[in-house]
This record gives sequence, C-alpha cells and structure tokens, in this order.
Amino acid sequence: MLLHEMAHCRAGDKGNTATLSIFPRDDGDYPLLVRELTAERVRAHLADYIAGEVVRYELPGLSALHFVCHEIIDGGVTTSLALDTHGKSLSSRLLALDL
Amino acid sequence: MHTTRIGSGAGFSGDRIEPAEDLLRRGTLHDLVLECLGERTVALAQQRRLTDPSLGYEKRLPARFTRLLPLALAAGVRVITNMGAANPLAAGEVTRSLLDARGLGGRVAVVTGDDVLDRIDLDAPAWETGRPLRSHGEIVSANAYLGADALLPALDADVVITGRVADPSLFVAPLAQRLGWDLADVPRIAAGTLVGHLLECAGQLTGGYFADPGYQDVPDLANLGFPYADVSSDGTAAFGKLPGTGGVLSRATVREQLLYEITDPAAYRTPDVVLDVRNVTVTEDVRVAGARGLTRPDSLKVSVGYRAGSKVEAEISYVGPNAARRGALAAEIVMRRLADVPLRAEVLGGATDCRLRVAAISHDASLLERVGDEVESLYTNGPAGGGGVRVHVTEVIGIASTSLRRETVRPAVTFLEAPDAAA
Repeated sequence: MLLHEMAHCRAGDKGNTATLSIFPRDDGDYPLLVRELTAERVRAHLADYIAGEVVRYELPGLSALHFVCHEIIDGGVTTSLALDTHGKSLSSRLLALDL
Repeated sequence: MHTTRIGSGAGFSGDRIEPAEDLLRRGTLHDLVLECLGERTVALAQQRRLTDPSLGYEKRLPARFTRLLPLALAAGVRVITNMGAANPLAAGEVTRSLLDARGLGGRVAVVTGDDVLDRIDLDAPAWETGRPLRSHGEIVSANAYLGADALLPALDADVVITGRVADPSLFVAPLAQRLGWDLADVPRIAAGTLVGHLLECAGQLTGGYFADPGYQDVPDLANLGFPYADVSSDGTAAFGKLPGTGGVLSRATVREQLLYEITDPAAYRTPDVVLDVRNVTVTEDVRVAGARGLTRPDSLKVSVGYRAGSKVEAEISYVGPNAARRGALAAEIVMRRLADVPLRAEVLGGATDCRLRVAAISHDASLLERVGDEVESLYTNGPAGGGGVRVHVTEVIGIASTSLRRETVRPAVTFLEAPDAAA
C-alpha cells in the first residue's frame, strides 16, 4: 500500500534542508505511521535526493510526523541545477513509498 | 476579551492581487500584511539597485499598491509589507507619489536598518558550508532579519514598508500594538509568532499547495480566498476566509502550514522569540492554541547574497514510440560533446513523451552558450523527431547565512507625510 493512500504531505525548504510533514488522513492510522515510517526508511526511499541525515520528529498532538532532511542533493534553490530547485516535489516522492 | 483581525494579502512576490482586494472590501480587517520577499529576492533586488539607485524595491509594488491602497485607505485598514526589498526608502517615495497622484493622503512609514553589508565579517564561516563568506564569490548584499521591535515605531502610519524583516514579525508587531502586548511577554509573542507563521504564506493556509484530486479535493482554486485571523489578547486565534471564496480552511491545511519550513519544532527561531510548536493543537473549526516559547535570541540572522555566475537550462522533446531511448541517446551525445563541462543532463517524462534537460552553472558566458548551442544542434544532428528546443540563461545570486549581534543592527523609521498634512 502506498503511503499516499493513507497520508498527505507538505514539503518546505530552508536553504539546503528539506522539511517533509506527514499526516494520516485518519488519526487512527498515526500509530501505524509512527511504527513503520522511520527516519531510516525515509532516508532510504529518498536516497537519490537526500545526501545527509534525516531527523524525525513526532508530534502526537497533531498526529504528525515531521522529517527534517539535510543536504538536498543539488539543492539550495539559487545554485541548484535541478528543475525543481526548491525540492517542492519531494513530498510527492515520499508519498510513493510502499508501506 | 479584546480581539483584532489581521489578514494575509500576499504570500510571495508573484501572488495574486484579487484575494487581497476582496479582504479589503469585505474582510473588516484592522491590518493587512503583504509578504513578498523571499530569501534570495532581496539579493536580486540589490542587483537592480546597483544598476539604478532609484530601483531595488519589489518590482510589483506599483501594480499591487495601485489596486490595494485606495481600498485600504477607504476601509481604514493599515497595510504592512516588506516590498521595500533592497531599497525601502525608494519604495516609500514611489508609494507616496502613487497616493499623492490620486489625492488619497495617508501616512507612509519606512523601516530601514536591515542592510548590514558595511558591518559583517566576510571572514566568518557561512552556516551552510563552514567556509568563509568571501570565498563564495563577490558579495553583493547582506541583510539582517529585523524583528517586531523595528516595526513598532512605524505603526503610527497607514502604510508600513520594510526591507528584510522576519516574516512572522510583520504580523507580531501589529498584533502586539493592537492587543497591548509587551515584546518581552514570551507566551503572547510566541502565540503571535505562530499566527504570523500560519498566515505568512497566504493561500497556502486556505487550500493552495494542498489539492490532490480524488484524495484532497479543493473547491474553486481559481478563486482561492486568502486567510485572516481573529486574535484575542490571550493569544488564542481563530482563522477564517471570506464566504464565497474558493479553497478550504481545515485542520488538515492548518496542520500542514504549521510545520512548513520548520527545521526544529521545539525551536523555531525568529528575532522575537524561540517558538516551540510541539504542544500546539488545531481544532476542527480551526482554532489554534498551545504555542510556547523561549526568550528571543541575542543575535540576528543575516542573509548574504553573492554572485554565483549564470545558469543555463536547455531542453528538447522526443515523443511517440521509443521516445525514451531517443531522449537517452540525445543526452549521451550532449555529454560526449560537453565532456569538459560540469553539467546535469536528465531525461524527464515518460516512455512515449520525454524531454532532455541539460543544466549548467558557470561564471564563463562562452561555456553557457556552448551548452545551449549543443542542445539546439540536436535538431539536425541528433535523434529523429527532436522538437521544442528552449534555451534559458539566468544570472544566479547565491545565498549564504551568518549572524550579527543584535546591538550591531540599528533599525530606523522615516515617515513620508501627505503634502497637505506636512504643510
């Protein structure tokens, strides 16, 4: 099952760092996401796009997982050679993860 | 309990203007904030100022203000914006002229002091790379992120124009003034900063950047309404958008924007506070509470712009049977002929409709030209059926970050009065 079936995601960027926030459509799925969607798994899934560390924050009050991804490959907005210089599309790439 | 209503009329330089007009006509706002200055926008604006000292403010300021200020002054809504970019005083003069030409009166205030190019240490390491700032390239700008304290003395005006200010501070200052908050009142400034953070991207709170057809359907995005907040003196806030506008404002959209670009939920640093959003709650009727904070940092973040050369992007399309292999062949040809050039070549799209994209960045204009020429020459020298070549070259300003101790930065306010008021 794709992550997209049960969650939505927003990508943000600060310089060379991407933030990816994941929210289950149904709060009842939050424990499953906490269990399955580890920082290691996200890092492995996005290995072509993220060079550095991935840090996961749990926000149970919001039923949210927040991933801070360091060193976007080819990132940095202004000096990036990528088509999506911001890394906005990383949210959709993450939702393609097969849980 | 006392409340005030603050609206968000622009979330970036290219934002739509109609939603702000609608808020001014029907929103019964006290303040409208227009956030139009991205991280690198100020460096690009600095470039324009270097070529013409009367420029360097946000390019769309005249267009935006021509439509918005008559409505704002008629409705008694104060407008606060960072459209001053690299030249807030010139932005103030242009705004003054625009108001005077229409006999609208009004008082314009300009906040300066964010330009700190004359006092940063260029041998200090950049946060991003650890290398000295000066090693990145020719430095063209350095702007400190000012806080709400810099705006407070400017609020006795109808239009407040700034350069680089932390985005949430554009909201915190008017909230603190209207609700009687002391800037040292950490819990309330934390609450105000959260409101500013949620509103600063305008339509991203109300259903923009959210729709996913069949999964998250958002009605009438062509008529997206921008948000406002009713903020109470205790710091709690209820968010809304105008009836009849498109978009959606829900717990889901607010949660997404709450964490947007936050790199540490326990410590989101602004010039006003260190915000902790870990205990924030959002109800189904989009009431937001639970912001916490720590005392504001002693230093201010500074964005330093440097010349990073120019970027070329060149593309060509292949469609139909075997398109992906023809695209790959085209990439192979370009990479062989440009083996001495550091570049990125990728074939985007699907098996029967794809586009080769080649990008390179350099200070050497002739090299950038070669990249464009090589892609263009694929028309007659490359695989079958190549079409739609586009070559685009843009100057690149890189951004590096550093910090300055707060007392080194000295904000100031200049008021520009209407001719009859000054007489």
